[in-house]
Amino acid sequence: MTDDRRQTVRDALSVAVTVGTYGVAFGAASVAAGFSVLQTCLFSLLTFTGASQFAAVGVVAAGGGAASAIATASLLGTRNALYGLQMAPVLRVRGIKRVAAAHVTIDESTAVALVQSRRGVHAMRLGFWITGAGTFLFWNLFTLLGALGAKALGNPASWGLDAAVPAAFLGLLWPRLTTTYLRVVALVSMAFALVVTTWLPAGLPIIASVVVAIAFGWRER
Amino acid sequence: MSSLTAWIVVGATSALCFSIKLFGYYVPERWLAHPRLQRVNALIPISLLSALVVAEGLVQKTSVVIDHRAAGVAVAVGLLFAKAPFPVVVVGAAAASALVYHLH
Repeated sequence: MTDDRRQTVRDALSVAVTVGTYGVAFGAASVAAGFSVLQTCLFSLLTFTGASQFAAVGVVAAGGGAASAIATASLLGTRNALYGLQMAPVLRVRGIKRVAAAHVTIDESTAVALVQSRRGVHAMRLGFWITGAGTFLFWNLFTLLGALGAKALGNPASWGLDAAVPAAFLGLLWPRLTTTYLRVVALVSMAFALVVTTWLPAGLPIIASVVVAIAFGWRER
Repeated sequence: MSSLTAWIVVGATSALCFSIKLFGYYVPERWLAHPRLQRVNALIPISLLSALVVAEGLVQKTSVVIDHRAAGVAVAVGLLFAKAPFPVVVVGAAAASALVYHLH
């Protein structure tokens, strides 16, 4: 293996392992929200996009309805379509390989692939597939561990699991707040969600906060 | 939440999230290239994740409540400012919240 190739594999594996372990938090949050261990594992196997999975169980835990949970999770997943758009000309896959590529098209696999661009298209493909497959493996493994762990622990509040969920959302949000503008959008979204909480049925303030994204993104700055 | 509701959430979320991913591989680039769509799409995760922090940390049903979870969120904020890694943030928040929960 050349040095470049080895470096790509190292990048990919370190991301896959790190992100995969966050699956523990999802597994625990999902069981605490009332999903079974089987349902929790199917979430990670079939939905396989962390923020959307957290959002779906988060809305349910907040007392929101199924439609609100599904819509919030799907809206959070729309960025994956833009990742697919970027990855399609790099991967050039068809048939079953395209289906597999789409399934592992997430923040991490796309980011690692794009970072490899100076090493050429083969490094990008290698980075994408190893990150995607590795994250899939570890994310599912740790989801199962988290789900079984939460089930064994019992009362979620007693172990702080009900606070682990907002902390996880904060942890997912934090690295995205790279500019003052984005921090303002986050703070306005939080204020908006707080204000509408008393007017809207439980769970709806979350998806309603999309109007803040639309308001800020409507015009060019 | 009934078992049926849970299955509907798992099934529909999975089907929609996968369809969205696959969609990206089939649409012509110009469809998603509209600047307004790109700008709004980039902000959607920020708005939703922000609202989720509030809904999960400070809200009980339809009212704003400051309880043990708020202590956890406060610790999470502190740890994030201190550049702690994700697992430390989550475990730290859980520990703080559990502590306050048991003290009450």
